[in-house]
Amino acid sequence: MTPRIYIPGDSGALALGAEKVAKAIANELAERGIEAKIVRNGSRGAYFLEPMVEVATANGRVAYGPVKPSDVKSLFDSGFLKGGHHKRWLGAPDKIPFLAKQTRLTFARCGINDPLSLDAYKSLGGLNGLRNAVAMAPADIVKQVTESGLRGRGGAGFPTGIKWKTVLDTTSERKYIVCNADEGDSATFADRMIMEGDPFVLIEGMTIAGIATGATKGFVYIRSEYPHAVAVMNKAVEIARKAGVLGVNVLGSPNAFDMEIRVGAGAYVCGEETSLLNSLEGKRGVVRAKPPLPAIQGLFGKPTVINNVISLASVPIIMDKGAAFYKDFGMGRSRGTIPIQIAGNVKQGGLFETAFGLTLGEIVDEIGAGTATGRPVKAVQVGGPLGAYFPRALFDTPFDYEEFAKRDGLIGHAGITVFDDTADMLKQARFAMEFCAIESCGKCTPCRIGSTRGVETIDRLAAGIEPEKNLALVTDLCNTMKFGSLCALGGFTPYPVMSSITHFPEDFKPAPARVAAE
Amino acid sequence: MTMQPASTEIASRTAAIVQDLKDLEGPLLPILHGIQEEFGHVPQAAVPVIADGLNLSRAEVHGVVTFYHDFRARPAGRHVLKLCQAEACQSMGSDAVAARIKQLLGIDFHETTRDGSVTLEPVYCLGLCACSPSAMLDGEVIGRLDDEKIDEIVAEVRA
Repeated sequence: MTPRIYIPGDSGALALGAEKVAKAIANELAERGIEAKIVRNGSRGAYFLEPMVEVATANGRVAYGPVKPSDVKSLFDSGFLKGGHHKRWLGAPDKIPFLAKQTRLTFARCGINDPLSLDAYKSLGGLNGLRNAVAMAPADIVKQVTESGLRGRGGAGFPTGIKWKTVLDTTSERKYIVCNADEGDSATFADRMIMEGDPFVLIEGMTIAGIATGATKGFVYIRSEYPHAVAVMNKAVEIARKAGVLGVNVLGSPNAFDMEIRVGAGAYVCGEETSLLNSLEGKRGVVRAKPPLPAIQGLFGKPTVINNVISLASVPIIMDKGAAFYKDFGMGRSRGTIPIQIAGNVKQGGLFETAFGLTLGEIVDEIGAGTATGRPVKAVQVGGPLGAYFPRALFDTPFDYEEFAKRDGLIGHAGITVFDDTADMLKQARFAMEFCAIESCGKCTPCRIGSTRGVETIDRLAAGIEPEKNLALVTDLCNTMKFGSLCALGGFTPYPVMSSITHFPEDFKPAPARVAAE
Repeated sequence: MTMQPASTEIASRTAAIVQDLKDLEGPLLPILHGIQEEFGHVPQAAVPVIADGLNLSRAEVHGVVTFYHDFRARPAGRHVLKLCQAEACQSMGSDAVAARIKQLLGIDFHETTRDGSVTLEPVYCLGLCACSPSAMLDGEVIGRLDDEKIDEIVAEVRA
């Protein structure tokens, strides 16, 4: 048997040197005259171990990581092609604690094989969901997705099945499925990982959505900051078309569905659904007022399902294993699993898919293993740039849409950024306002003007000018933005600002006192 | 200085791109990406050609071009270095990384070095948040930036 070596082609692994490792391994194979096949897989998401190289042995896969190009010679010397021991040896990948503790439903296949091998996809359960769906009535598919309890994983948490039903119930001849892959929130990379590591699951999910709602055309809107994901998705669509997964007869059925990959142009606000639709139409990415809902009048004025990548990628397993299987995971009204992305100043950063319900403390201290710098954790921002900063005192909050809302936070797209005790929360609050000012689409005043006034007011606070008055002003401004903005950009910017002020008041004390305190 | 194509040449190359993509649903963004790939920026002279091809006003096209951060009014340097300045990278010292690179290159964000070798830009998230601080050099991703990697990048763009 020709040995097989797996080296991730995921951009996270590439950023850590996977390409150099791949070259070093190829050179070493040539030099030693060994014949082996190098497979470029996706990432399993344990980024603290990337580049993680795996070899297929008679006893299953053996992983090594994080591998540096300088490790390659000694890996060969240690007989790593047969799973030999080495200082980078990690053992069977699915037994690595970070991976073993996960419940992988949406990411079940991510990082295991060549993402563009449709055969590999099928060998691990791929297309089972779609095969079931083509044999069902649209209303039954919608019912199954509704019963699974799946809620929009983009951040808003709206029940996916209800959205689909609204589109199904419209009578339009033309309907669209739009996948929001404009994953702009810092700390999130789940969409990128799935598009680079298991693109067919997204194609399958979108096709099911099309069949369920009567839509025949789909668009994936991917941000331009993700060139690797764009390339993989384009190739995957081409392969799916040739294999008859997409086209006029999906899997040989009378259902037609095809899709196109579109690339954004560096506007954060286009992650907001109506702004994304305008951008797809070739307009400025300004937010639309709702109603009308996109489900009634969406892309080009037609009924449109617009879902996040992870929502759509979770559909195939629901259609494969059933609503009850999926619903069985989770807590309260948060059903199923959620891919938590642990990022920032953390020792074990990466993607951790698990049922809802872990506490924030378990995620940061146990799974993330504390900060990378080794200093105490000061704050954790949950839900991206529009999410609240949580102090240690709130580490008992369970990961659940409602529980986070109760504590004036949100789980958003489930990205969490860890900060150590050197973080200055006034600076973070200022950045939140500044980011909103840079990215505001300009349509509504609270967001467009409020964010700029916010930066100025926080600057005055930092300079110690009338601190009480200015603090009251920031609070008032946040209130106006929260309730007066048209979309989540202006509406949620107050979360990071107000949580910083509420939980870390010492950082907002006048400058002389802050200096003295240090 | 790189030679700028004459406006008639811009018009004819733009017209070819418009012709190629105008039948897409919502063709303007794909066209603008195509033009930026062709010229390295979106030249003023391209705007009326696009407007004409898509039956839009020049103002509408101008409005779209200027809305998006990606579309450049002028060509960039030979290299484009994007430094992530979003929260996950901030937590790992992206401020200091940016300050050091700005000092080494002698330019601020949104500027190009005098010799035209590199344009420096901030970016708000590359999705490499578990490998912070991160950057993108000419489309290639780089994670866990440290002094050594910064020196390598600076040497590469200066070469």
